[in-house]
Amino acid sequence: MTINAAAGTDAGGGVRTAAAGGAGAPVVLQSLSRSFGAVRALDGLSLGIAPGELVALLGPSGCGKTTALRIVAGFEFADSGSVTVDGRDLSPIPAAKRDMGMVFQSYSLFPNMTAIDNVGFGLRMRKISAGERNKRAAALLDMVGLAAQARQYPHQLSGGQQQRVALARALAIEPRVLLLDEPLSALDAKVRLQLREQIRTLQQRLGTTTLFVTHDQEEALSMADRVGVMRDGRLEQIATPSELYSTPATTFVAEFVGTMNRIPGTYRGGDEVTVLGAVAPVHGEHAAVPAGDVDVLVRPEGLTVEPVTGGNGIVTDRTFLGSLTRVSVLLSGDVAVKVDKTSTAATDLLPGTSVEIGIVAGKPVLVAERK
Amino acid sequence: MAAITSASEASAQAPAPGAPAAHRRSWPVWRWAVLLIAALYFLIPLYAGLQFAGLKAFTQVTSYPQFGSAFVLSLRLAAIATVLTLVLMVPTAVYVHLRLPRIRRLMEAITILPIVIPPIVLIIGVLKVAPSFLIGTPDLLGLEYVILAMPFAYRSLDVGLRSFDVKTLVEASNSLGAGWPTTLWRVVIPNLRTAMLSATVLTVALVLGEYTMASLDNFQTFPVWIVNFEQNSGNVSVAASLLALFVTWLLLMLIVTLGSRSARKHGGAQVQLFSVSTRQASQTVGEPE
Repeated sequence: MTINAAAGTDAGGGVRTAAAGGAGAPVVLQSLSRSFGAVRALDGLSLGIAPGELVALLGPSGCGKTTALRIVAGFEFADSGSVTVDGRDLSPIPAAKRDMGMVFQSYSLFPNMTAIDNVGFGLRMRKISAGERNKRAAALLDMVGLAAQARQYPHQLSGGQQQRVALARALAIEPRVLLLDEPLSALDAKVRLQLREQIRTLQQRLGTTTLFVTHDQEEALSMADRVGVMRDGRLEQIATPSELYSTPATTFVAEFVGTMNRIPGTYRGGDEVTVLGAVAPVHGEHAAVPAGDVDVLVRPEGLTVEPVTGGNGIVTDRTFLGSLTRVSVLLSGDVAVKVDKTSTAATDLLPGTSVEIGIVAGKPVLVAERK
Repeated sequence: MAAITSASEASAQAPAPGAPAAHRRSWPVWRWAVLLIAALYFLIPLYAGLQFAGLKAFTQVTSYPQFGSAFVLSLRLAAIATVLTLVLMVPTAVYVHLRLPRIRRLMEAITILPIVIPPIVLIIGVLKVAPSFLIGTPDLLGLEYVILAMPFAYRSLDVGLRSFDVKTLVEASNSLGAGWPTTLWRVVIPNLRTAMLSATVLTVALVLGEYTMASLDNFQTFPVWIVNFEQNSGNVSVAASLLALFVTWLLLMLIVTLGSRSARKHGGAQVQLFSVSTRQASQTVGEPE
């Protein structure tokens, strides 16, 4: 079973139906609020996840993403708002009866049980006979490539292996909703990459609706059908990874996802702004930005750089990124910007070279109040 | 009473099982000297006791009146106190860790009280609240020993609970469909086994050697019998003391051996009599394959 990439931004967080169906159930978080003392962890969060869709919640520490996940899991309770799965309100249902698979950041395997017993634990709770339980647990371990480690205890497994057992354990109960709480953050880079691909492949094959919490934007953008960027307990924007990157709705999203330059410009209201001597179309929320001096937000690939004697900037550094080279340039007024250039065309952009920085014609930019 | 060291301290102090022989050989002479002095400090009185009692006294001791009943009473009280201590302390310690972590310091303060409050005060307190059917029975002494063992048992369990991520394991168990009793029985207790054994060791050792409360309550436990019997026959009394010491030591070693064997199997904490060490911190993160 495969999942079609969901398309289109859904700022309101309503349930989407574009994703392919499967074993997963639709999940709706409606106006969730939660405070811990004076700290407001969630402030009216609304989010809809289509059956079989993988939605990542991305945001800085303390933005409320883990609180949202824990409310869905039943480990926290919302002060107001509701969580429904398949149209059923989960508020009165304890965590043990929600039938949700969950993978935690800190492996969380039961140290007193072997890998196969860990995977079979949820089945045991469902009174599945020992023979059937072991058969299904062995099949799941085989699915995550750990059939040979079935009789090993968690302390005999590496971190990556433990997390794969944890994934198999969460999937063993055939959940219609899978919750992933930063499952890769304790692993080293190579294992993280492998496991990320494995989780995505399994999730797509099984069609399990998945909510994935992470602070790693690379993980979120590479795995999710849609990514929700959170800030101060609210969803700033939820969109497909490419939309989030190319047309961020707010300056926070623009600067949180990927690299963003801030360049002084002049805004006269409407949908255009003057920057680096050219006029660029403006997108995103800009109604509240007053006319006058503003910061214009442009991605490194939204700028052009050419070596010119007496240009508007000087190359200060460059970083080789493979096919691209990221060139750091200091503009007049002590404005530092980064520009991406193909590595073959960037060979003569040595530090100290005078360059002319411009913007790519027609590419929409964001405007923000001058910092 | 021996102190309970923290998990990190214990693991930091203990040499790694696979440490090279060269490291062990590098022990300086002064360490051996300290060890020797400490050993002599404990062994000379034992040897003197052996000499004083004579081997014949060891063969006579079991035939003296009330030896058997006093010994059985002590074992019975040890069993009562251990079971009640674990039944009361395990859920309490787990609950405090999971739901009330902010009162952990308060709990530590409360559980230390039996050490600082004189035994007579504890006895009077227990007599005031104990149900009438227990007053005058040796089982009441068992309840008093539960209070006396509380500081040591609670600390053992507290250290054990800190040695693994109990909150996440409980949540993982819940998310898989296990309710509270199942989670406690199948997840928490098996991983707390080492700490429970440590608490058992401390409680048994405490009860088998306790004299003051038993004496004040007028029950002839084994330590009370030894003191009473001393007036009749000094050397038999010393032989009984040494025998009690040996039996207690044997019992503790049995508990420690069983606990360590279980710990080795699951990769959990090691029972080190008065401490619980953990290997969790050294878990690998990289993928070996």
